[in-house]
Amino acid sequence: MNIVVCMKQVPATSRVEIDPETGTLIRLGAESRTNPYDLYALETALRIRERTGGRVTVLTMGPPQAEQMMQDAYRLGADDAVILSDRKFAGSDVLATSYTLSQGIRMLGIPDLILCGRQTTDGDTAQIGPALAEHLGIPHAAWVGAILKADKKSIEVRQTLASVTQISRLKYPCLVTVEKDICVPRLPSYRLKRETAGRPVRVLGFRDLPETDLSLCGLVGSPTRVESMFSPPENPRKVMLEGDTREKASALVAVLREKKLVEGGEAR
Amino acid sequence: MTTIHFDAAACNLCRQCIEKCPFGALTLGDEGLEVNEKCRMCGVCVKVCPVRAIRFEQKPSRDPADKSKWKGILIFAEQENGELHPVTYELIGEARRLAAKVGYAVFAVLVGGEETEKNAEELLPYGVKEVFYYQHPGFSGFRADCCADAVADCISQLRPSVVLIGATALGRSLAPRLSVRFHTGLTADCTKLDINPNTDLVQIRPAFGGNVMARILMEYSRPQFATVRYRVMDRAEKTDGPTGRVKRMPVSDAMARSGIEVLKISPLPREKTLEEEEILVVAGRGAKNEEGVALVRSLAEALGGRLCFTRPMAECGLGDGGSQIGLSGRTVRPKLIITCGVSGAIQFTAGMSGSECIVAINSDPNAQIFSIAHYCVVDDLFQAVPAILEQLETGKEAL
Ligand SMILES: Cc1cc2nc3c(=O)[nH]c(=O)nc-3n(C[C@H](O)[C@H](O)[C@H](O)COP(=O)(O)OP(=O)(O)OC[C@H]3O[C@@H](n4cnc5c(N)ncnc54)[C@H](O)[C@@H]3O)c2cc1C
Ligand SMILES: Nc1ncnc2c1ncn2[C@@H]1O[C@H](COP(=O)(O)O)[C@@H](O)[C@H]1O
Repeated sequence: MNIVVCMKQVPATSRVEIDPETGTLIRLGAESRTNPYDLYALETALRIRERTGGRVTVLTMGPPQAEQMMQDAYRLGADDAVILSDRKFAGSDVLATSYTLSQGIRMLGIPDLILCGRQTTDGDTAQIGPALAEHLGIPHAAWVGAILKADKKSIEVRQTLASVTQISRLKYPCLVTVEKDICVPRLPSYRLKRETAGRPVRVLGFRDLPETDLSLCGLVGSPTRVESMFSPPENPRKVMLEGDTREKASALVAVLREKKLVEGGEAR
Repeated sequence: MTTIHFDAAACNLCRQCIEKCPFGALTLGDEGLEVNEKCRMCGVCVKVCPVRAIRFEQKPSRDPADKSKWKGILIFAEQENGELHPVTYELIGEARRLAAKVGYAVFAVLVGGEETEKNAEELLPYGVKEVFYYQHPGFSGFRADCCADAVADCISQLRPSVVLIGATALGRSLAPRLSVRFHTGLTADCTKLDINPNTDLVQIRPAFGGNVMARILMEYSRPQFATVRYRVMDRAEKTDGPTGRVKRMPVSDAMARSGIEVLKISPLPREKTLEEEEILVVAGRGAKNEEGVALVRSLAEALGGRLCFTRPMAECGLGDGGSQIGLSGRTVRPKLIITCGVSGAIQFTAGMSGSECIVAINSDPNAQIFSIAHYCVVDDLFQAVPAILEQLETGKEAL
């Protein structure tokens, strides 16, 4: 049983602002961490491996610094780690990112199961997983809240949709994206830390992909373009409530009564 | 397609671009500036370069779409358990607004089991020109792969310029598969849409993880896919004398074939969802601890509303994730929302800025939340909330 887990390194803080003078972005801080949602995908993979045997490979597209995330994944129990890294991948949107990941997976050989997190904390689209499944031509189930059964042929999953829960069975190969409450990720083990120290992480570039078609990668392969950025506009009708705490509270309650949002007062 | 072009001869090595790049995507290599995979095409480098050595360059993509061959707006009318999802009417409302600007018509597509024809007819009074439906027992229950096959069949025949899909659990599975199939762009969770006279869809959403909104375009590819959350757009009104019609589309067995076997569907107990609540009270990180949360909860109870949370509160376990408001939580538009100790980051406000009356309580007069609130209370919530509770009590006594 081969499992690939897609993980991404994301900025540790989300503090980005627009410089009011130049209208450009300022990012404060360059530290990275593992996308927290992906730890649930990795944990799910490790638990399935415990039952069925096999290998867990972690795959990412990102800068070479993702090596740190991969070492962490080894300490949690991953068997293998592959980083797809190339300047030609710069500026990838959903289409180009999922395409590049699909190429990485084709190169590794299509596994039985691919696991993704629910979303990333920087892109926050929750779209890469299903897009990747489409590139590979395999079925997927997204936002899975529980794995009910996983054997060497198929997986049974439970998803909560808007008004129903659905239990489905998917034969391998397939892709599953997991919810945050699917399991509690384990902590890195000291034994594994010692055992995996110095274990290499494979870094592959554009030239290593099975199809080397530049028009599908990076900026050129990304149909969406950010035309401009702006700060959200200010609301012109705002009312500041003045006075001491009691006065502000009574002014607020008076407004709410006037708008019939709360009961009481002379209005009734 | 756009790429970043660097002119080594013009560069004066000032390194401004490298320092100002918010993503650390630029380095100086042997042949000058190198752009790495962290680049998000934000354009800061182009703007800061004093000698204009960096510019965006348009490269024709492999196969730019002929825009005149893609017309109209198609919405995906989602059904679950035999019922239309209410986001459908909002998509129609938004599609009609956009369509009017460029002289387009609005179409809808449904994929489902036996109730599909009936639901297709329900949409006609809302000003949809044609409602295409794919009805087959294999389409009851949700299977992203065959549902995508049916919608793709519709898109290939209709060739719409824009496809709008609800950002629901189903929609978020369907939209990425379709955009890959048509090799085109997708913008998830748009908070605002517009359309240019040349039919390019302007997609606005919070981006880059900060307090920044981005306008996103897909200038070379069609169709243009966007997903929109429930409760973000205005519902369509019924039109006088609707002229649309429904059309049953042939379903081949191959189209209904799926790699997913649905074993069981169980309805969830029907309770009022957060989106349906009229009054919400939000506890942000300013509520600090369990005591603060209990205080904010008592305000929610006194107002007959529901307590909800910001993401940091849900993450640290003080609040439950199901009641998280915002970009990665729920989108709400209640009659009244009171935020207590919430800074008002754009990822939060994206989920509630459409509320009718927004009251903000925050001790920091410069908090972002005050730029979208209608009523601003600059105060310590541990003082202000008890005072408001007291005022609500005295009002009752006067009854
Ligand atoms: C991709 C992405 C998606 C995100 N999605 C979401 C989302 O869905 N929902 C969400 O909420 N966030 C989301 N975030 C996080 C968001 O950017 C903010 O970090 C978050 O909303 C801040 O929460 P907060 O206002 O509770 O906390 P803080 O930003 O820490 O604000 C606390 C506020 O409380 C005030 N305060 C402190 N003490 C008191 C007191 N005693 N009385 C009154 N006021 C007090 C402070 O002045 C401050 O303004 C997302 C971020 C990213 C990058
Ligand atoms: N660059 C990447 N490398 C590997 N996996 C990724 C990457 N981007 C996204 N993913 C996977 O796709 C999921 C959803 O990401 P997103 O669509 O960005 O919210 C994540 O939880 C990851 O599992």
